[in-house]
Amino acid sequence: MTIKHCVQSTVIGTVAALSLAAPVAAEVDFSGKTIEWVIPFSETGGSAKWANFFAPLLSEALPGQPTVVVKFMPGAGSTKGANWFQEQTHSDGTLLFGTSGSTQFPYLLGDPRVRYEYNDWNPVMASGTGGVAYLNAADGALYNGTGESIAGSDYIYGSQGATRLDLVPLLAWEMLGLNVEPVFGIKGRGDGRLMFERGEATIDYQTSSGYLKGSAELVANGTAVPMMTWGTLAGDDIVRDPTFPDMPTFQEVCDATANCETSGEQWDAWKAFFISGFPTQKIAFLPAGTPQDVIDTYVAAFDAVRNRADFAEISASRVGKYAVYVGDEAQAALDTAINVPDSAKAFVKGWLKDAYGVELK
Amino acid sequence: MDAISQALPALLDAWTLILQPAVLAYLLLGVVMGLGIGVFPGLGGIAGLSLILPFMFGMDPVMGLALMIGMLAVVPTSDTFASVLMGIPGSSASQATVLDGFPLARNGEAARALAAAFTSSLFGGLVGALFLTVFILVARPIVLAFGLPEMLMVTVLGLSMVAVLAGRVPLKGLAAAGLGMMIGTIGEADAGGSLRMASYDIPYLTDGLKLVIVGLGIFAIPEIVSLLRQDKSISRSATLGAGWSAGVKDWFANKWLSVRCSLIGVVVGVIPGLGGSVVDWIAYGHAVQTTPDKSRFGKGEIRGVIGPESSNNAKEGGGLVPTLLFGIPGSGSMAIFIGAVALLGSGEIEVGPNMLKDNLDVTYGIVWLLALANVFGTVICIMAAGGIAKLTTIRFTLLAPFLFMLIAFAAFQSGQNFEDLLALFIIGLIGIFLRRFDWSRPAFLIGFVLSDPVENFSNQAFQIASFRFRKDFDAGMDYVFSPIVLTLIVVTVVSVVVGIRQSKRIMAEGDVASGSKRAPLIFLLIITAYLIAALVNANAIPDYAFTDKVVPLVIGTVALLACLVLSVQMILRPEGDAVFADKEVAGEDADAPGGLWGALAWLAGLIIATGLVGYILALCGFLLSFLRWRAGLGWAHATALAACGIAFMCLMASSLNRDFPPGLLQSITDLPWPLN
Repeated sequence: MTIKHCVQSTVIGTVAALSLAAPVAAEVDFSGKTIEWVIPFSETGGSAKWANFFAPLLSEALPGQPTVVVKFMPGAGSTKGANWFQEQTHSDGTLLFGTSGSTQFPYLLGDPRVRYEYNDWNPVMASGTGGVAYLNAADGALYNGTGESIAGSDYIYGSQGATRLDLVPLLAWEMLGLNVEPVFGIKGRGDGRLMFERGEATIDYQTSSGYLKGSAELVANGTAVPMMTWGTLAGDDIVRDPTFPDMPTFQEVCDATANCETSGEQWDAWKAFFISGFPTQKIAFLPAGTPQDVIDTYVAAFDAVRNRADFAEISASRVGKYAVYVGDEAQAALDTAINVPDSAKAFVKGWLKDAYGVELK
Repeated sequence: MDAISQALPALLDAWTLILQPAVLAYLLLGVVMGLGIGVFPGLGGIAGLSLILPFMFGMDPVMGLALMIGMLAVVPTSDTFASVLMGIPGSSASQATVLDGFPLARNGEAARALAAAFTSSLFGGLVGALFLTVFILVARPIVLAFGLPEMLMVTVLGLSMVAVLAGRVPLKGLAAAGLGMMIGTIGEADAGGSLRMASYDIPYLTDGLKLVIVGLGIFAIPEIVSLLRQDKSISRSATLGAGWSAGVKDWFANKWLSVRCSLIGVVVGVIPGLGGSVVDWIAYGHAVQTTPDKSRFGKGEIRGVIGPESSNNAKEGGGLVPTLLFGIPGSGSMAIFIGAVALLGSGEIEVGPNMLKDNLDVTYGIVWLLALANVFGTVICIMAAGGIAKLTTIRFTLLAPFLFMLIAFAAFQSGQNFEDLLALFIIGLIGIFLRRFDWSRPAFLIGFVLSDPVENFSNQAFQIASFRFRKDFDAGMDYVFSPIVLTLIVVTVVSVVVGIRQSKRIMAEGDVASGSKRAPLIFLLIITAYLIAALVNANAIPDYAFTDKVVPLVIGTVALLACLVLSVQMILRPEGDAVFADKEVAGEDADAPGGLWGALAWLAGLIIATGLVGYILALCGFLLSFLRWRAGLGWAHATALAACGIAFMCLMASSLNRDFPPGLLQSITDLPWPLN
């Protein structure tokens, strides 16, 4: 390559960049750098899967094609990693952090170990999931879309803990008047499904991808009957989950149930924690003090990733068919996820204490 | 019949998939990487898989599987090097191998022990694959038959191996196991989140102690410190006796033991939720119970190596069943494996219930890739065994600093905290005294490993059983006393009765002389005090979190009773009784030229210096001063060796993308890698 050629291509490149009106991103270049994407969970969880899926795509989309490595910093249910990230400041834009609903819930519930503040961080990408609840065959046969039809039985549910994402199904079932006894201490939703398959648990819920991979087969065999989805968010409203358009949402079931209200304190609390745990479950952050041009570079890169022609296809089986928010949308998603009214927080804290004796202090 | 007519073509397809030069090349690459990582204690399949994960995206599925399986399959093979040669349990799969493998190395028979271990691994892997080929077709209902009561009973069966390994004074073994279980309950309870012997002010403790740290502390540190004091080579005679062919012959002479232990490995590996933690102990217990002359166990009995090693590779095959059929990982590395499979190709292979229907050929491909990887791995290991075994003839003082270097790094990898090193040191102290006073260390470790499953399974099974009993008494009885549970109860009872009768002849610590009352009594009192503190602490958990306190209370009470009876015995019995066993009275430790505290001070120095200036700087100072003053080398020699050690660590850490422990210096300044 001659010098002339080189100059030429630079000029062309610059003109092209200007004409495409990419105002800031051109300045940030990650050539030869390594970006560390820190996940505050172990290598084995859902967040690991999420980051491992996005990492190579992000690497391709960022200017200079840096290597993106996923690092794991598990401990105290992600509180340790989040506290660590709180102390990081911007240096050269090579640090990215990923949170999940399990990072948001302790923050919302005022867990004393939480030393992090979401409002200090800069969200660049957020993605969500849905959830499906299902019943055993015998009770499922009675089910007609109301809580009353199945309230005659007692249920067992394999749960990871009342202060985790399981809070959302447990509260929903209680609102429908079901007597569900959680068996705590299982290690993951897969173990919960296995417990259901063995007939030890009689009610279960899975996130969308978990449902499609394992539980849909049980429904096809007739050993499980889908009950409801949590739905998905359209503006402020909960609508049917596009992945499961035939299943009613919890809101619909609650409306059809005499003693379940879709307004008031209890409903607001459920909805707030649902929004925090599902539609904006996983968020990628840059640390406090990151300059706007670096943020824009990441936003543009994630935007390019989600606009790939093959994105729908490659993401479906790996992270589920849910919206990926970037930039301002991610900020808006974060705002809805963390701005839970104090009344809802107080309600959930009171309920956790009354129902399960759990106190966070 | 229908199943077979589907299975045979799929099996043939699988072999055509595998037997391509490119696939075999990837498999071999995976094997070589896996061996390299497995040799490193504390870095198992998880570290290796994370390393290759970035390359999995969109990779050809068969190639990707070959690479990953090659790596996963051989980790339980190559970690045998550390267990046999250094007495360091490289991973949970090789804990039981240490018991007889290391004494064999000390007798100068390292090459023989390694060869027998590798041959057993190979054979176990092949038996596992053969068994799975048929079993995977009918496995689903069998796996589902293992509910919580059944899993609890398998765990209890594992726990009953304490009876075999309790040592000369069974009460001491019982107390050691109880202490191990109590230490296993430290941290946040799984069920209700209550804290046991921990505080939110010390976040490290809330997550509990990691197996790597406890394994290294209980087995590796006491041996390293003891050898360092004696200042000889690992092989007492500084020579290598029988070579690798003797080991292969040993395996052949015990081939039926190997078959049985392989089957134990596959079957227990199949049960989801137990992982591999109990397999090698059950296999070891079986090897002990079926050996007519038990006097050599713990002192270098080759059957004690063949048994667990046959089971631990077979277990990997068994672990594929819950992973592939249910999408439920049997271990941490399997969880990453599932995630990585989704990245392969265009994501068409979905691990889970549809695997057998849609991808039976791929399933068989995985099973036989695993077997083939075992063959490659074993051949490489056996070829290397003779050479690597020479390490046991080197003067130990030259090895020790590098072992301290390795175990400190390994411990740090488990939690990425400086506290990991402190925990290693404290557990190491416990290990040293357990060894000195002849309290069974295997019993302690079994207790620690199984404390979590015992607590979870018993709580959950209790909850579900009481739910069933409330509905209907018969339904409850059917649930709790299923045929599998009844069978396991019988096996456990027989194993305990036989075990207690034999345990006196199985001395995991060799013969230990007995001495005065004072030192053993003080140690007993310290343990008793800890147990009382833990009991008071558990009792303070409020009643609504009943599930968090019941297991610590029950186990703690049993252990405390054992300690109280022991203390009465110590008061009543004369000095010189077996209960006062003390390695400092007579034997290798007592005759050693170096003192215990001097040897331990070197490790403490490394840890303190790391806390101040970070690992790499501390290591420079540590290696140099150790080699110069403790080992008495000249400056040139010492500097060269230290530089090799540092270069090796940096190479390992950078290629595996691992951090080093930081110190105070790193928190106030910004240093370039690897000093940061």
